[in-house]
Amino acid sequence: MRFLFKTNYDQDIRLAKHGGHVFWYGLLCLFLLAAPWVIDEYWLAQLTFVLIYGIVGLGLMLLAGFTGLFSLGHAAFLGVGAYTQAALVNAGVPFPIALACAGLLAAAVGVVVGLPALRVKGIYLGMATLAFGFIVEEGIARWESVTGGNKGLMVNPPQLFDWALDSTNEFYFLCLVVCVLSTLAIVNLMRSSTGRAFVAIRDSEISAQSMGIHLARYKTLSFALSAALAGLGGALYAHKIQFLSPEQFSIIQSIDLLLMVVIGGLGSIHGAFLGAIFLIVMPQLIALGKDTLPEAIGQSAGLQGAVYGAVLIAFVLFEPMGLYGRWLKVRAYFQLFPFYRQGMFKRQKSFQKSDRLK
Amino acid sequence: MQLLQLLISGAAQGCIYGLIALGFVLIYKATETVSFAQGDLMMVGAFGGLLTMTLLGFPFWLSVVAAVVGMGLFGIVLERLVIRPILGQPAFSIVMLTIGVGYLLRGLITMIPNIGTETHTLPVPYAGQVLKLGTLVISAEQIVVIGATAVLCALLFAMFRYSKLGVAMQASSQNQLAAYYMGIPVKRLNGLVWGLAAGVAAIAGLLLAPITFVHANMGFIGLKAFPAAVVGGFGSLPGAIVGGLIIGIVEAIAGFYLPEGFKDIAPYLVVLIMLVLKPNGLFGEKLRKKV
Repeated sequence: MRFLFKTNYDQDIRLAKHGGHVFWYGLLCLFLLAAPWVIDEYWLAQLTFVLIYGIVGLGLMLLAGFTGLFSLGHAAFLGVGAYTQAALVNAGVPFPIALACAGLLAAAVGVVVGLPALRVKGIYLGMATLAFGFIVEEGIARWESVTGGNKGLMVNPPQLFDWALDSTNEFYFLCLVVCVLSTLAIVNLMRSSTGRAFVAIRDSEISAQSMGIHLARYKTLSFALSAALAGLGGALYAHKIQFLSPEQFSIIQSIDLLLMVVIGGLGSIHGAFLGAIFLIVMPQLIALGKDTLPEAIGQSAGLQGAVYGAVLIAFVLFEPMGLYGRWLKVRAYFQLFPFYRQGMFKRQKSFQKSDRLK
Repeated sequence: MQLLQLLISGAAQGCIYGLIALGFVLIYKATETVSFAQGDLMMVGAFGGLLTMTLLGFPFWLSVVAAVVGMGLFGIVLERLVIRPILGQPAFSIVMLTIGVGYLLRGLITMIPNIGTETHTLPVPYAGQVLKLGTLVISAEQIVVIGATAVLCALLFAMFRYSKLGVAMQASSQNQLAAYYMGIPVKRLNGLVWGLAAGVAAIAGLLLAPITFVHANMGFIGLKAFPAAVVGGFGSLPGAIVGGLIIGIVEAIAGFYLPEGFKDIAPYLVVLIMLVLKPNGLFGEKLRKKV
């Protein structure tokens, strides 16, 4: 068991709390840097997708996991980012400027959505974002001069001045840089007063307000940051997938993103990445398992949906803290070794927690 | 005349939205959770009707009753197995849970060999008949949808107003704890509410089936019932039907008078405007938490 003796105040807000963190995150960084030479190209492409979805997941985690505002239309921000990037890069704008524009435009859209969202809560917010998601999807499909409509839009490879980042390896490193920077940004944000304000709003709006937190400003900020990250992720997604069409940003995608943060574990930065790994690896596992199942089950079209549904139900019922929560339990078990009790992470159960009166 | 024609077809479509929204509202009022599986329950109900009508060869009325009762039982079992264990958790976990149930149902239906991936027509006795009133052409399907919705609403109204069960349901939806202290079996009522909502969804599915077709993705129409529930106010039963009618009529008019593409987003524009102007909906109650 590890005891942390704090001898000065800086230790409280240090990013790496102890030697174990330094060691394991260092090892992770080494692996990520060496990945193009260690794993084959197919899995490198999947790892790139994990990084991209990780960025989007960070954004949604900030909004849903830390601020407690659930968005059922997050794919719309992804779409805004992706199409902005595609349109600008195809028009010859250098990659970094296009990326910044994609993030900023998505953030601006996020503010626009965030404003009506200030008046509504809980399920009504879900409905507002859902409605917004449908409107953006339809808008993308209809604005044919820019987006190519339902025919789709080809995306040129990213261009850094004279250097075209078109190989799998180069693009992987680009995603890695953006991903590490955004992760650090979110980690830092969450230990600042702004991040603590978000968490306070999640836990109780009324007490946050009484402590002098300006609800409207912080909620809008959360929406904007979350949308900006989704926009960045969308921009990278556009380059990775190289072909955009409106149905990639439908309600199904929004639900997949939510599934990602819920399965990863709401309210933890690790959860965004664990969820992204889940979202990318799961279809591969299903594809692998298909051959061992009897043909009638293995080859049917509904298998993936059914497995997703079953996994989601199982997580909500048995592991509401997600993959990261499971990891915390495993860690606590070993740290406390023979003293781990069954009820240590027991959920508090109330007869009825009314949402209507919040 | 054309406007009247549009209004009637919009109202028929709106009744379907209203019936699905009724399911949302029933569940929301009773258990404070929003069921995203409602559209998929409707789809399963339509498939149930298909099963009893074509494979088992029941007569029409018997198969309708069988499908509705079967779905009601399914709703009760569903509540017992997956919803009850997590009641009291944050509303969002239950939303995710019902999304999972929806995925699972859609996946399982698609996995039925030869049936799940096909599009079917439901053999109803009134298929294809039309009623001509002057220049007005009304199909029998639309009349049945509107009529059945009206009857169902009257029945539900009577149940909530006059039966002991309905009054108990109202009490537990207002304050579960107080209802529990008064000796109302809140948990069993919640199960019944889920059964009722699933039954209403099955009726909606059977009414929708002759207009569209029966296929595994017909549950996505449930996403248009959300605007209906929000416009009506998410806790009001008459509001759900009125909201459904508004959404259906707006959609029909937008599809005819506005450029292509507006038909699909009109319901969502209406809901956004509604949320900005009157966040609690037309019939919703305005409540504030006091510290």
